[in-house]
Amino acid sequence: MKKDIILAGVGGQGILTIATIIGDAATAAGLNLKQAEVHGMSQRGGDVQSNLRLSTDTIHSDLIKQGGADLIISMEPMEALRYLPYINKESWVVTSSHPFKNIPNYPDEESLMKELESLPHVATLPIEDVAKENSLPKSANVILLGMAAKYIEILSPEQLRESIARVFAAKGEKVVEANQQAFDLGLQAVK
Amino acid sequence: MITRKLLLGDEAIALGAIHAGISGVYAYPGTPSTEITEYIQAHAPEVRSRWCSNEKTAMEAALGMAYAGKRALVCMKHVGMNVAADAFVNSAITGVNGGLVVLAADDPSMHSSQNEQDSRFYGKFAMIPILEPSTQQEAYDMMPYAYDLSERLKLPVLMRVVTRLAHSRAGVVTREPMAQKSLSPETDRTHWVLLPANARRQYASLVGKQGDLLASSEASPYNKSEIRNQQSPLGVIACGITYNYVKENIATDRDIPLLKVSQYPLPEAAIKALASECEAILVAEDGQPLVEEQVKSILGADYPVKGRLTGDLPRMGELTPDNVGAALGISIEQPYAGAQNVVPRPPALCQGCGHRDVYDALNKVAAEYPEARIFGDIGCYTLGALPPFRAIDSCVDMGASITMAKGAADAGLFPSIAVIGDSTFTHSGMTGLLDAINDGSNITVIISDNLTTAMTGGQDSAGTNKFEAICLGLGLAPEHVRVVVPLPKNMEEITRIIREEIEYPGVSVIIPRRECMQTLQRKLRNKKK
Repeated sequence: MKKDIILAGVGGQGILTIATIIGDAATAAGLNLKQAEVHGMSQRGGDVQSNLRLSTDTIHSDLIKQGGADLIISMEPMEALRYLPYINKESWVVTSSHPFKNIPNYPDEESLMKELESLPHVATLPIEDVAKENSLPKSANVILLGMAAKYIEILSPEQLRESIARVFAAKGEKVVEANQQAFDLGLQAVK
Repeated sequence: MITRKLLLGDEAIALGAIHAGISGVYAYPGTPSTEITEYIQAHAPEVRSRWCSNEKTAMEAALGMAYAGKRALVCMKHVGMNVAADAFVNSAITGVNGGLVVLAADDPSMHSSQNEQDSRFYGKFAMIPILEPSTQQEAYDMMPYAYDLSERLKLPVLMRVVTRLAHSRAGVVTREPMAQKSLSPETDRTHWVLLPANARRQYASLVGKQGDLLASSEASPYNKSEIRNQQSPLGVIACGITYNYVKENIATDRDIPLLKVSQYPLPEAAIKALASECEAILVAEDGQPLVEEQVKSILGADYPVKGRLTGDLPRMGELTPDNVGAALGISIEQPYAGAQNVVPRPPALCQGCGHRDVYDALNKVAAEYPEARIFGDIGCYTLGALPPFRAIDSCVDMGASITMAKGAADAGLFPSIAVIGDSTFTHSGMTGLLDAINDGSNITVIISDNLTTAMTGGQDSAGTNKFEAICLGLGLAPEHVRVVVPLPKNMEEITRIIREEIEYPGVSVIIPRRECMQTLQRKLRNKKK
């Protein structure tokens, strides 16, 4: 069994934290894992992505082949669409519906959402709004992970929840609780 | 104890070096190499590891540690090799006493760089062994091997990695650490005093070792032949990380004879063995077609060799499982082409960044001088080239802002303005500023000081709190060293000072100083905890 995931977003939105949580859960579960990250210049507000590959078998390439990704998890709707060449008809796209506009020529929102919704398997949620409504302003990325948890399959939502406790342990119990609450909100949103 | 850790390629190199018993790591930050030194600083207090001013000082300090008999690591990004080149090439002539590994992290596709030069050329040029790991595990395992090799051959060893290995995580099995070596300085001066008579002997010795280097490659556990003793239409030579892209494509349904190359000089016998059972060979290598050219000369003009030069693989940019698959003739299912509603999202200066105020001020003043040119440099502030600022006219290499401004001013250009960051200034700007001062060139230099090496993640900057003293020490008149605080509320003062110093017919330095927003926010977060 394998799961090839593309994590997408804008530099500073916290996709590497999502990667860390999934990576920790995969390591605890004894899965093979490769995770290519973007460091450096793009982290200053540019588009960032991470290729996260999980498998029970040996993983060769650090990069996912085009058409080979099973899941896109994106903090931003246009960034989800950027990796369209990497998915296939069975793949899921789980994304925030809230655009991050730090460029002057951001595409028309309506046609962007229309293109996104035309894909066979899409789950969207205005995660920033959900985060604000629940007084979890720093945990939008973990809400997104909660949304995606159902589609990660190779790891259960319970395994990811446990991993959140380990990853945030150093920041104290309150931070762990807030992030687990955020995770549950995301998980429930797609039921 | 054997443990399995999830490590970045850079971290695997770092831990491998720590466990190989290094006593020092020397480096200037540069993507994608930075995390190696950061990891050692965070995890091995027993290893000497303060950031260096530039790659040349780093290379020389590492050579000095190797002279003293201890194991040293020096790390840099590919273009840093250009800065370190004088010391690097001559370290092959002196040879080493303790083990010395030079780690060059290349950036094919220029994710965060101004070119995609291939550091393997430097290794070949200096005539030393090159290692090129294909996985994070191999990167870890290779470090003790590299130090043993270095000490056995009495030569520095170059380890070359690329962004996709440096910045990708995988599980790595680690072993028991080795102890550091004890102090045992070199005793034979003739190896180290490179007067022509000694240098000729040392060079002859280096040439004489080339047979040993080749024998070591032929026997290397990291060069792996996967041949089948039956004829095939195509064989593949896969260098470093490209081995994974080949395996990704042929793992399931195809069986192709394969030679994995992770140690150079090229294992010629293994290449000839592969060629003898194939009708053609594809060379997959990240970077420039170094191996492809050599394989052609090893196998002769009549043997078909495919690669970047023949167009079977792209001439530039990093290799991927996709373009390697295409070169192997494997088609993929790809139902979706690019999306319609996607535009590029280039990086930008952070909100609240002091560089923004510097460019706002410069743009205001430059508008009054239509002939003005602003020579930029390497760092976050290079982003001032992009909208909304479009403020700089050049960005070439570390320190070139000051020296290019000088040359242009010498040619009569006015106003000739340089913008350089604090860390870039101490890396390679100081010597150029001395040239300009000695020649009385008419330039205005802005040292945009954010108290850190920001682009690479906020490492210590070598000149912090010393810039006025450095400028005065180089001979600048005190009244033409001006310090400002780059904030919107100070815009009037800043633009006035820039105008005054442009009008001064000589060298002046303006230092806008305000802490980087990233390091400031990190400090505030840590305080809250």
